[in-house]
Parts: sequence; C-alpha cells; structure tokens
Amino acid sequence: MPEDQESLLFPYRILELAGEKSCFCGKILGDMGADVIKIEPPGGDAARTIGPFYQDKLDPEKSLYWFAYNVNKRSITLNLELEEGRERFKDLVKTADAIIEAYPPGYMAKLGLGYEDLCRVKPDIIVTSISPFGQDGPYRHYNGSDMVCWAMGGMMYLCGDSDRPPVQVSFPQAYLHAAADGAAVTVMAVYHRNLTGEGQQVDVSAQACVTWTLMQAPETWSINRLNTKRAGIYRDRPAIQAQDKQIWECKDGYVHFILLGGAAGASFMPQVTRWIKEEGLATAWLSKVDWAEGFDSYLLKPEDYEQIEGPLSEFFRRFTKKELYQRAIKEKVQLCPVMDAREILENEQLKSRDFWKDLEHPELGSTIVYPGPSLKLSETPLSLRRRAPLIGEHNEEIYLGELGLSVERLEALKQIGVI
Amino acid sequence: MQIFDGIKVADFSWVIVGPRSTQYLAEHGATVVRIESPSHPETLRTGGPFLDFKTGVNRTGFYARYNTNKYGASLNLSHPKGIEIAKKFVEWADIVAESFVPGRMKAWGLDYEELVKTKPDIIMLSACNQGQGGPHASQPGYGVQLASLSGFTHLTGWSDRAPAGIWGAYTDFVSPHFIAAVLAAALDYRRRTGKGQYIDCSQLECGLQLLSPAILDYTANGRIRERQGNRCPDAAPHNAYRCKGDDRWCAIAVFSDEEWQSFCNALGNPPWCKEERFSSLISRKKNEEALDRFVESWTLGHTVEEVVSVLQASGIAAGSVAKCEDLYGDPQFMHRNLFQKLSHAEMGTQPWEGPPFIFSKTPARLYKSAPCLGEDNYYIYTQLLGMSDEEFVQLISQGVFD
Repeated sequence: MPEDQESLLFPYRILELAGEKSCFCGKILGDMGADVIKIEPPGGDAARTIGPFYQDKLDPEKSLYWFAYNVNKRSITLNLELEEGRERFKDLVKTADAIIEAYPPGYMAKLGLGYEDLCRVKPDIIVTSISPFGQDGPYRHYNGSDMVCWAMGGMMYLCGDSDRPPVQVSFPQAYLHAAADGAAVTVMAVYHRNLTGEGQQVDVSAQACVTWTLMQAPETWSINRLNTKRAGIYRDRPAIQAQDKQIWECKDGYVHFILLGGAAGASFMPQVTRWIKEEGLATAWLSKVDWAEGFDSYLLKPEDYEQIEGPLSEFFRRFTKKELYQRAIKEKVQLCPVMDAREILENEQLKSRDFWKDLEHPELGSTIVYPGPSLKLSETPLSLRRRAPLIGEHNEEIYLGELGLSVERLEALKQIGVI
Repeated sequence: MQIFDGIKVADFSWVIVGPRSTQYLAEHGATVVRIESPSHPETLRTGGPFLDFKTGVNRTGFYARYNTNKYGASLNLSHPKGIEIAKKFVEWADIVAESFVPGRMKAWGLDYEELVKTKPDIIMLSACNQGQGGPHASQPGYGVQLASLSGFTHLTGWSDRAPAGIWGAYTDFVSPHFIAAVLAAALDYRRRTGKGQYIDCSQLECGLQLLSPAILDYTANGRIRERQGNRCPDAAPHNAYRCKGDDRWCAIAVFSDEEWQSFCNALGNPPWCKEERFSSLISRKKNEEALDRFVESWTLGHTVEEVVSVLQASGIAAGSVAKCEDLYGDPQFMHRNLFQKLSHAEMGTQPWEGPPFIFSKTPARLYKSAPCLGEDNYYIYTQLLGMSDEEFVQLISQGVFD
C-alpha cells in the first residue's frame, strides 16, 4: 500500500491490465500515490519482453523498459481467459476505482469484461481504454504499432531528412503520449465520480494524441492550405517559403539554436552578434542589424538569412557544446546543446534539483539511478517509492491479505493456471 | 454536466505548455480566462499561420489552436492598478497558471507566497523551461531547444548524419499530460483536505519521462543510445516505404515470424520473400537494407491507400505517413469528430482540434473558438469579477486594459 496517506491519489486503487500501451499510465498514477495493481497473465506481461535489458540479459525480470514504467506498482498474476480468473478479477473490481486496459478494442467485451459488464460489478467503475486508433470507428480493428500511430497522427512526415524516409524517434513515443493522457483522463474521471457518483469509460486514441504534438503544422494546412515538410537540421517555414537552420555543428557535437526577431530576438540576438564580431566573422549586414525592428523571423528574407547562416555556422564550429552552453546561460541566450544520455546525467541543473532517484533492486544486488517524477508539488510531492514488481510478487499479499482467499484456495488456483 | 463545471482558472500563462495544459480543463467545462498584455502580445499571436497571410494578433491559427473554449481578458500588469486587478482574478480563481521565466511573477508580487495571502487554498501552476530553482532556471527558451536538452534530438534521424531532430517544441506537448493529471488530482485533494498547493513544472524533467528506459540503459548498462532511422530491434521490415505519388510513404511494422508469413502472403509471395536470408527475424535484421529495397520495390507500384488496405487485411501494422492535409480527412478522425468547426470573429469558420480522448458520459464540447485579444473583457470584468459598469468604464479610460 502507498506509505504516504497524504499523497495526491492516496484513496484510490487502480487495476492496470497487461500490455505495452498501459504501463506508463499506471506509473504516472503510482507516482501520485495511487495503489496501482498490475494484473499480469501467468508467466508475466508481454511488456517484460521489451528491451533494453539489465546487463543485456533477456529475462522477463530484467527489462529496463518494464523497470522504468512499472515503478510504484504491485503485481499479481491472473488468467482472464479462464472463468475462475474472471471471477477473481471481478472481486478486485469491487475494490477498485478505475481500470486501465490497452487490449485490442472488443477483447474485454469478448471476455465478458466490457464496460457494461464491469458496471454490473461496480456501477461507478471507471474504465480507461488505450488503443492505437480508438474503441470505435473505421480503424478500430486496424493493427497498430507505435511507428504506425506516429505516422498516421502526422508527426512522422515532419521528422527526418528531406532526401530520406520520414522517421520516428529511435525511442518510440506514440504510445507513451496515449498512456500519459490515459493518466490525465483517469484522474479527471475520478474527480467527476467523486462529485456526481457517476463512473464512465474513456477512450484514448494514440493516433489522435500524436496529432496534438504537431505544434502549428495542422493549422498551417487548415488556414493557409500548406503542408509542412521534414527538413532535417533545418526548420520548414512553408508560409514564407523558407527554411532556417536549427541544429548547428559545433566542435564536439551539435547545438540547438533558432533565430528570432522582435522582442524575444532582441533579448539575445545582440549578444550572439557580439560573439560573432569578437571572432571576426560578422558580415556588414550582421554588424548593423537591429534585431527588434529590422529583423522579423516570421518574414525571413533569403538574402538576410544568407548573411546569418554562414558566419553563425563558422562561429559554432569553433567552440564546444559546453563552452557555448555556459556562455548562453550566462548571457541569457536561447541555445541548448544536443545532449545524449551521458550528458543528461551530468546536467548540473538536474543534479541541483535533486532529479535523479536511486531505487534498490535487491534481487539484482544493485541500485539503479532513475529519472525522478515529472513535477514538483509543494503539499503532496510525487515520489518513486518502490521498484517495479516481480511477476506476481504480491499474489499472497493481495489474494490472501486483501481478498481473503485461503492458502489452500490460492494453491488450487495456481494448480489450474488461474494464478 | 461537464467534469470541471464551476472550476475557474486564471491563466496568466502564454505560448504553449501553460495554455495547452489549461485547455484540458477548458474543453471539459472549466471557465478559463486568458489574461494577456496588449503591449507585449502573447508570442503565439505574432506567429503564423495567419489567415490570408496577413499578420494580426487575432488572425493566427497558432494561438487559436491552444485556446479553444477560453475567454480573453486584456490587462496591463505594469499599470498601477494592474496588480490589484490581477489579485481579483486570484480571488475569483481555483487555479492560477503562469509560464514566465522564473522570478517574473515574484517581481509583480504574484508569486505563490503572495497569492496564498489572497486565497489560502489556491492551486498555482508555474510551467517554465527548467523549473523554478537551479543554476539554469533563468535561461530563457522554448520547448524547441529543450527537445535537444532532454535527448530527443539526439535520438531522431540517421546514424550516419547529423540529428534531424524532432519537429516543433516537443516538450511543450509532453508536459501537459502530467500537468492535467496533477491539476485534476490537486482539485480532488483540495476537496478532501481543504488545501491548495504549488506545482513547479520543469519541461526538461517532464520530457525525460518519455525516455526513461533509454536513460536506464545508460545508468544500468553504461550504453548511450543512438539514433537509428526507423530501425527497431524487434521488427523487420520496420520503416517508412515510398509509394506512388508525391512524397507518399507507408509505415510498415512486421514483428514476429508469423507476421512475416502473413506479410509475404499479402504480397502474393514474390520470389525474394522465399530467400533464406529473410526467413527469420534474426536473419531479416541482418539483411535489413536488402529487405527494405525489396519491400520498397513493391510499395512503389501502389498508392499508399492500396498498400495499407492490403496489409491491414492480413493483420499487418501499416499506416499512411499522413501529411497535415490528410489529417482533416482521416476517416477515423472524422468518426471521432476530432476536428470541430467553430466560428471566429476574424478568422471565420475553421476546424479546431478537440481532445484525443472521449469520455462516454461527459464528452468534451467545443463551443467557442479562441478569443481575440481582450474580446471578453466586459463579460469577464463585470460578470465574473463583479465590477460595476461604471468601474469598468473608468478602468478603460485609465488604460488598465491596454
């Protein structure tokens, strides 16, 4: 049980059913203090087969994907394909506030565990369903994958080099957005139920979640009838038929820097101009430009841009990421280094905010450093309290201690493959 | 009945992360008032897409995308009466949101410690780049650069080239999930305990949540993940393949050997499908470049719609790499009514995106397109804050709303 009775979601119990698309949802709710019980099929959740693995050992108890997204949960095993398993599930539903499921649409109903069935067990139950495209509609039975949702949601077309295929992120993102929105809607539904006594089902579409990440690109079509395109290290600006560079090579890697005009640009472009001058790289145009009045990054003129890109490229190549970043922080310039995992761990800002958390893994004889929770709260801090559970680690605690099954009954259920 | 009926949000935030977060509440019944400065217009109001390519603070889809169902107030916080009125908003509100560079609210006397004096149970959100404290807290910037600081840029693109980076201000779209969850929970906590609280969002820290396993690969294994195009260790073919037409692509993901058999059958078992080097996932991974060329030789002969329809009929995950224009006609999105048409004073009737989730009993209702700057001043100041008409007119003449 959650140790902190004053946590945000202390009173609530969430049952999370197996699968890649649901893990992160319960993790977020667990960080907020909810009692999240992961229900795995005997043998373990398929999400345990997702890499990377601890010391590269392919083992369902060593998936780092599993570790990261099942922190703070307890695990029981239960075979929902068997009648006896479904009955035990219904016993649990009576004790729960919400259920998170990410099976193919219709699967739960086929088992007799659809939303209406569950309402008969607990009338105010909340069911959050996460799927690639939605519970209903022409694509409900389409086979999805993370990359396919990234593609159909419109993000893939915007990422990558123009002379090669569009790309996903090499750590797939679409299902994580859906799971995170799954957490938000679950809390919203609990809030509503507490005020009205009414439960409900919430249908989260990963494809639609991806579309919400497209910044202003959808409206660039609906308002201007222009498609935005992938442009590699450049940023496509279809409305002004221009592209400007945003990823710049430096001495030991890359930095991220975008040109801005107006008030925002005036706050840091003069510093950058001074740096370039100090290196003797300024063009005549750069030496006299007024960033607040004489340069509008939304109306970027190609002839102006030519005056900027060359000197800036040369300037960045002369310095390291660290040199540029330190200077940027000191002089309030909007520039960030392109960081990899090692550099992220070394980031002084994260260290000073005590972001990293150690979690003990006694069975590995080791402690692993984890990213801390998402937000800092003054009254009810989010927390990482326990490492991800082993398969069925809490069977006895929950079946015996909380559902009141006898030791013999539990043993019998194990024998017939229910648990 | 809507989830957040009766909940009031004084939204001093701007650009994306703050407004996108309060949008979850506005879409589900809360009264959200955007409080904006006419002399320093919200950044998104000055960026396109502008209707008919004519600039204007009330003509851009960029601002409008994140502010449906909200009310627009204008207020000059530098005016001697500005702060006093800001505090009236605080008294009125359940939630106060802001996204300025750390320190700005304090300089105005509107930081959390001050706000609780006005309203002890206020819930306050500060959503900035890197959090309220720490050596880099005051560096200005956007989610655009934070996508690099949080590791996404490094992981997007091709291993033999510079990172292509992820489109847009990516962390601005990661943080709102967490914020929306926590705001709803904070309202529930306040109901249970009577206590409000302060929420400090670092977009960097939120962003890292979506890379946790890759981070653990480093902290536990010492491995630094690299970008690898569309490669996936558990699938081949796994890529975007060019189809007939102008820059048309199909994303195809084949995981198990069973799926590979279905894939070959769907293609009519061309000779290359039977080659030994493609017979298992392991061998397909080894020969993935050759495999990709064969797959593309097939997709190139078809439209993306044909490819998707043939593969989906065989249970293979395949989908069109949608251009933005495709989203508005996507049959699934149309079925879900994702884009809803609303009229706007200066932009006419346009489709705006609703939430990506559907509540069965309390579905979101979009009823108001984003406000023009200060559009709802009269309603907000007289009806919501309870000023008399006389007082309102007096404040206008004093320039408090300019």
